[in-house]
Parts: sequence; structure tokens; C-alpha cells
Amino acid sequence: MNAPLRRAGVVILVLFALLFANLNWVQAYKADDYRTSDYNRRVVVAQYERPRGIIEAGGTGVATNRSTDDALKYLRVYPRKEVYAPVLGYRPVGLGATGIEHSENDFLSGESDKLFADRVKDMFTGNNTGGGNVLLTINSKAQETAWKELVNNERGVDKGAAIAIDPRTGAVQAMVSMPSFDPNTLVTHDEKAAAAAYGKLNKDPDQPLLNRTTAETLPPGSTFKVIVSAAALQNGYTTESEIEAGREYRESGAVIRNSEDEVCPGGQIDLKEALTESCNTGYARLGVTLGRDKVLAAAKNFGFQDDQLTVGNLEGGGLPVAASDTGKITNPDGTVDKGALAQSSIGQRDVRMTPLQGAMIAAAVANGGKQQRPYLVQKLLTPDLRTIYTANPKTLRTPVNEQVASDLKDMMVSVVQNGTGRRARISGMEVGGKTGTAENAAGADPHGWFIGFAFDDKGEAVSAVCVMLENVPGGHASAEAARIAGLIMKAAAGRGGD
Amino acid sequence: MARIPGMKTQRNAELGLLAFAMVLVAAYGATVEAARIGEITPTFWVPAALLSVLFLGLHVVVRYTAPYADPVLIPAVALINGLGVGFLRRLDIGDALGDKEPIPGIFSGIGGRQLAWTLISLILAAVLLLVVRDHKVVSRYAYTLGLTGIVLVMIPAVLPASISEVNGAKLWVRIGSFSIQPGEFAKLALVSFFAYYLVRKREVLSLASRRVLGIDLPRGRDLGPVVTVWLLSLLVLVFEKDLGTALLYFGLFVVTLYVATERASWLIIGLLLFFGGVYVAYLLGASVGGPFANFYDRAQVWLDPFSSANYNREFGNSYQLVQGLLSLGTGGLFGSGPGAGLPRFVPEVQNDFIFAGIGEEIGLFGLSALLALYLLIVERGLRSALAVRDSFGKLVAGGLSFTLGLQIFVILGGITGLIPLTGQTTPFLSAGGSSLMANWLLIAMLLRISNAARGPAAGGGSDRPGGGGKKAPAQLHGAMTEVIKP
Repeated sequence: MNAPLRRAGVVILVLFALLFANLNWVQAYKADDYRTSDYNRRVVVAQYERPRGIIEAGGTGVATNRSTDDALKYLRVYPRKEVYAPVLGYRPVGLGATGIEHSENDFLSGESDKLFADRVKDMFTGNNTGGGNVLLTINSKAQETAWKELVNNERGVDKGAAIAIDPRTGAVQAMVSMPSFDPNTLVTHDEKAAAAAYGKLNKDPDQPLLNRTTAETLPPGSTFKVIVSAAALQNGYTTESEIEAGREYRESGAVIRNSEDEVCPGGQIDLKEALTESCNTGYARLGVTLGRDKVLAAAKNFGFQDDQLTVGNLEGGGLPVAASDTGKITNPDGTVDKGALAQSSIGQRDVRMTPLQGAMIAAAVANGGKQQRPYLVQKLLTPDLRTIYTANPKTLRTPVNEQVASDLKDMMVSVVQNGTGRRARISGMEVGGKTGTAENAAGADPHGWFIGFAFDDKGEAVSAVCVMLENVPGGHASAEAARIAGLIMKAAAGRGGD
Repeated sequence: MARIPGMKTQRNAELGLLAFAMVLVAAYGATVEAARIGEITPTFWVPAALLSVLFLGLHVVVRYTAPYADPVLIPAVALINGLGVGFLRRLDIGDALGDKEPIPGIFSGIGGRQLAWTLISLILAAVLLLVVRDHKVVSRYAYTLGLTGIVLVMIPAVLPASISEVNGAKLWVRIGSFSIQPGEFAKLALVSFFAYYLVRKREVLSLASRRVLGIDLPRGRDLGPVVTVWLLSLLVLVFEKDLGTALLYFGLFVVTLYVATERASWLIIGLLLFFGGVYVAYLLGASVGGPFANFYDRAQVWLDPFSSANYNREFGNSYQLVQGLLSLGTGGLFGSGPGAGLPRFVPEVQNDFIFAGIGEEIGLFGLSALLALYLLIVERGLRSALAVRDSFGKLVAGGLSFTLGLQIFVILGGITGLIPLTGQTTPFLSAGGSSLMANWLLIAMLLRISNAARGPAAGGGSDRPGGGGKKAPAQLHGAMTEVIKP
């Protein structure tokens, strides 16, 4: 009986050899796959081993950490909740982040190459010093003012957006979107609660998760007249050039009327006055006279059709910006659709614009024709607060020359001084802008827009802004937007707020 | 049992190895506390010391009742058992810290319960060594044991699922919070019965045959018991929904049959029957479902655990298997260190998946050492079978050792994705009393047989003056095997 016993022993040896070989497969060959598998919760736990970097705006942390007692050692906290949510986004457990939390994730988590030296140091000291800190360009006073005024608007509008940028640099001073969301509910370590909160927000028809300043395009209405004015000024017109106006303008089946009968009823009006009163018939006719290509070229020069722009770090990455669009203005046979051109020239038909694009138009005018690339990240700091990156402003494009910019500035200042934008006035500052009331759907209240800029008493362009309120009831839709825009710019200039 | 002067008992070697094993267990406990609590508490050595006292007790019993027993078995098993207690205590500490509770006492939690089970198991092992002074006495009760074994196997199958089913496999008897796996004890009873039956029948089974296609087939009437056991194991497979247990019983029988008859044809027939049966069950599961569905699901999960369909399925998904693999993979070559892993990500890490939980912390090197320890135990058992002089002892020791090895293969192969996963305990490591008790009884039996193998007297130990009181049946000692009737 000993021979079969020996063979049984050999069988056991073979079985154990198989176990050993397979164990090598699992623990050596496949180890890296398994260690980083999407199913492996340890990956998530490891991300929470060291504190994530803090995001600061105006000297206070707007994305911070609190240490916990559970397996994930740090809880992400957003103290200003809805106010900064469109900028910061959120960083949920085990899922991808959004906003700046997403675009600066490598730096915040400490995995960035820029922090390599710190990680090496950690290895020797045994500390976990955490990720790098991000300093935003946001002016906290302008941000808080924008949020407060937007949600407490006098018309009871529940959807809208406001953005302010420094025309000289492109630094974003304020970026708010309404309705917003509390990111704290989405980053809780109770993943079921987080998923439920996300599901609720995602299903909300008002789209609170949408950053309306960058991701939503709407018809810009009369704010688009600034573009048509630029096209005219670049093609021989001056601010005093007389253009044809009137109560009504019919073109290839399109009928253009003014918002009220008393606006430019006569036959002629000069360009500056036409913008000040927001004369629809004059601008529609002007657009048709200039021709499609000149209007589209001017729009493109100001940033329309650009689908590559991101707002975040000037070295790359940030919140994606939806392309603003003029539409084709073309008949099916390829010829110019003059009716569409007339309507497009007053920002209707297929013209769509993001609030950011609106602010960038105003900023380019205020900055002598140079449009600076917008950005949100001012500085990157190591965990021990050494600065390793400071934003170096870049000119994105130059849509108009200094002369045209100066003329446009005069015309827009006139709008706020004498015309439709009077509610944006700030005492002691030179404010210019353009209102917009955009028809959108049949029977729906129009959107109210205001794009504008402010110069301080030293003649410095301190802020450019765009405020958009969706479906404003009760007429004069843009007046409330102009009022809010004035308050935001005042706060951005360090003069307003509380 | 009196010692013969001049013959080596190697009991002192056993004592030394045991001390070394207990030092390792104490060091493991200290490392766990350092990693988990951040400091080594002044009482870190207490569980190791308690275990040392228990194993020392068994050592003393062996010294007086089986002085020539294999000196490696107890230290090797004690080390695994001690690591098991240590790992379960590590889970208790981790859970308590997670719930912000104070560090649990040594006797509380699953670690404390395992300590108590170890005490009971060692008492049972000692009692077996004290009562059964000669392993051949067991053959007197072979038929009683055989019947007991079959009843134990069948109990969970006939009980309602609410009492017997855990994680889809009906292997349990649960009364309140107390649960046992009767199948664990059935192994011991069935091996004893098979050994007795085969010693009687070996002549018939090995000689009377017809030659078909170059293979010696046994006579039809002699096939009866084999077919009965085959059917029994398939019934287990279907009604207890557990491939591993079926494989275990059937492997046990086929191997004892093969060892008894020295005829490879039994192996071939056995393997063909088993794998044929498994394949048919798989096909039935795919087409008919019903009682076979669980088995089919497990096979699917085994074939592709990482597919999202298998991972996210509501019932019978691959979640546990995948988490076990991820745990092992994360451990890598060296592991995270005792106490530094995250074993609670693996469901049932205290039971079936303890190997995966430990593997994250001790890595490939540690698990290889653990495998080597298991192999040592099994091969030591087989060596006793080789050395012992009587057929019954050979078959019992061989069968028990092989079954132990097979069980280790089935559960570890299941966890590491080598074979479909089945609900087996990891011997000496998993939390739970029945497994620990049954396997310590198995070790006690091996100790008893190895004592006879290495001891001085030739022939039947019972004939020795001062040997076991009862006389073993005469037919075991050569003469009375059943003769061939043409």
C-alpha cells in the first residue's frame, strides 16, 4: 500500500505547487492591476490618507478639510456652500471631481510632478504633509455680492448667472450661478446619501449642477449690438455716422420692431445714439448693410465659435467653456439669409452666448481692444506655503484696435449715462455697458442681460461684468441685470459690499 | 504507554518548536498592536501565553500517551492556530477602533471566542489521545461511524434552508447564534469507515476484474459501495449546493480506495465519474436551473469574476471573490504588515476568506510560508501512513492527511481563483468551532497513528504489554480478508 500512498503524496505536492504558482500570479504578476482596480476601495482610502490641498479665495479657505474618525481620514468641507459651488465643483468619494477640484486635482491631491520634492521629503520625515494649495482669483466681496444680489433679485427670477473679470488681466473676480447646490451633500463619506443627493440634483429641471456662466448659451439680445457696432467702426463708420432707423424694418420676411414706440422712430439716428437707446431697426439694417461676413468676423474676433477655451489655470486645464455661436445666417442654397442677418444683428435668431463671453466682450472694450484670457487660478502653493506658480496674464486675442475700443467705450458709457443701462451707474466711477432683452420661446418671458465695465477715478479699468437673468417677468428685463452688475463691479473695485 | 529506553521520542524537540511557534505568535500580536493601536500594550503577550499553556497541556498529554508521536505536527498546527487567533483579534481591534469603542478584552469578540474554541478543541484532542490508546480499536466501531458520517453529511441537506443555508451553501446547522458544520466531523467518521471496509474488501476489489479497453474494471457487485458514495456526493452537490464538500467526500473515498487496492483504474473511474457529474450539473444549471443554478452561477463567476455583469449581479455575484483577489493583490510580495491592511473590505474575512485577509498583510512571502506549513502537516501525516505497519492505520492516516490537503487546496484554490469558489473553512485558521474541533481531532488521530509508526513494537500495538485495553478485531491483522468467490 505504500506505493499509492507515495503517489497520493505527490498529488498533494502537485496541488500545492498549483496553489503556489497561482498565488504568484495573483500577488506578484497581477498585483498592480488589483491594487489600482476600480473595484478596490483601498484606492479611495489611500486618496484620503493625506489632507487634500486647500482652495482659498480672498484669504479664506473655500474648500477645506476636517479630520474624521472613519476609514477615510479627511472630509472635504465647503464652508460657503452654494456661493462657490460653480467655481470649485466638488470631489466625491470614489468618483471623478468637477470644477477646480477636478482641473487642479493632481496638485490638490499631492500627486502632481510639481510636488515631487515634497513627496520625497515626506518619505524621509514620515509625515503626510498633504496636497498643494490653490489660490483663486475670486474677489470674495464681489463673489458674495453677486450671489446675494442674484438670489435676492427684485423680480423673483430663479435662474441666472453673473461673472466679473478684471479687464486688464482676465482674472475672474466673481462667478456665480443660480440655482446652485451645496457640494457638502455630495462629498459626504456616506456614499449612499451622496448618491441620493446627486440623483436629486441631477433630476432637478432647473439644473442646479450646471455652471450657467460657462456651460449655458442663451440668445444675447441687444448686447450683441456691441459686436455689430465694432464691425461698423472697423469698416469706416464713426460714432457720429448716421444710420437708417424707423419704427419698423422688413427684410426677407423678417419684421424688426423696437422695444417701445418712442425708440428711434425717425428715419436717421447716429450710431452712438442708436446704441444708447438700443435701436433695433437701426442695428438690424446696419447688420444687413455691413453684410454677413463682416458681422460674423467681428463676432469671431471677440471669441464667438471658440470651443477650446477653458477657465482655470493659464498653463492649461480648467472649467470647459461652451462655444458661443452666431449661427450660419445662410439660406439652404448657400446665399446670405438677409432676414436671419437682420434678426441676428440684434442678438436673436440663432445667436447664442455664454455669460462669460458677454463679460469678455465688455472686458476687451475696457482694455483698449485687448481681450485677456480669463483664469481662476492665481497661485499654486506647496503644503508649506511656498509659491511655485503665479498666473502670468495672457492676451487671448485683439478683436479691435485702440481707436475702435475707445469709440465703443464712449458709446457704452453713453448707454449707462443716458440710455437703457442707467441702473448700472456707480457714483464716482465711469461705468459703461449694454443691456439685452432676449426673446427666447413663444410665450416665455425674455432673458435680461447686462454686459459692462467700470473705470475707477484713476482711469483704470477695474472690472468687466456680465449678468444674465432667465425669463424675467414684468417688462424691462435687463434693468435688474444692470442694477446687479453695477453692485458687483462696485464690490470688485473694493468700494461696495459690506 | 511506557517508553523504551534508548529510543528517541523527540518530545523535547516538539517542546522547543512549540516555544518557537509561540514566540512568533506573540511577535505577530505585538506587530498588530503597533500598527493598529499605534503602541504595543503591556498585555500584548497574554493571548500567546494562554495559547502556550493550552498547547503545553496537549504536549504533556502526548508525552505520556503517545511518546513516539511525530514531533512536528503539534508545533506546526499550533503556529497556524495561533496566527488565526491573532488575526481574529486583529479584526476585533480594527472593528472597535472603527466604532470608536475601547480595545476589546482578550476574551471578547471573535478572537476571544476562537481562543475558547481552541481550548475545547485541545481538550477533545487530549481526550481522544487518552481514550484511544491504539488506533486499531476504532475499527470496532467502523459501521457505527460510517452511519454517523452519512447522517452528519445529510443533516444540512434535509433541514430547511433557514436553518442550514449560509451564503447559498447548505452546510450548516444553526440554532440561534450557535452554528456547526456537521460535515467537518463527517470526514473523520467516513475515513474510519472506509478504511475498515476497504481493508476487508481490498482483495476482492483489486483482483476480481474484467479487462475492458486496457483498463481493469472491477466486478459489478463490488462497484455497489463506490456508486453509493458517488451518488451521495452528487446529492450533496445538488442539495447542499456545494461543489467543494462533494469533491472532498468523493476525493476522500477514491483515494482510500486507490491506496487500498493499488489499482489506478479506481482513480480513473472515480475522476471520470466526478468530473462527468460536475459537467452534467453545470449543463443542467445552464439549461434547467433549479437546484443546479447556484452551481452554474459559481462557475460563471469563477470564469470571469471581473466582468461587471458577474460583479453587479444581485445574487451569487463575484463581489466576494473579487474583493479577496484585490486584497491579495494589494498585499503584493511583502504585504502591508500585520495590522496595517484593510481586511474588512473582504466579506466573511473571518471565515472562508481569512486567507485573503491575512494575505494582504503578510504578502506572498508570508502566505508561501503558511502554505509550506500546511504542506508540512499533510506530508508528515502521509509519512506516518507510510511508516505505520497495519493496513487500517495506513488507510486512516493516508485518508485523513490527503483530505486535509484536499480541503486546503479547495478553499485556497477557490479564494485565489484557481478553481470555482466553494464554502470551505481554512483548517486551523478560520473562525468557528466545528472546523477547529474536527481538525484537531484529525491531528490527534494522526498523532496516535504516528506514535504507532515510530514507536518500538512491531505488529499490533494492542498485543504489547501495557497497550490499549481493548483488542482490535482479528481480521485487520492479515488473515481474515474476504476471499474471492468466482
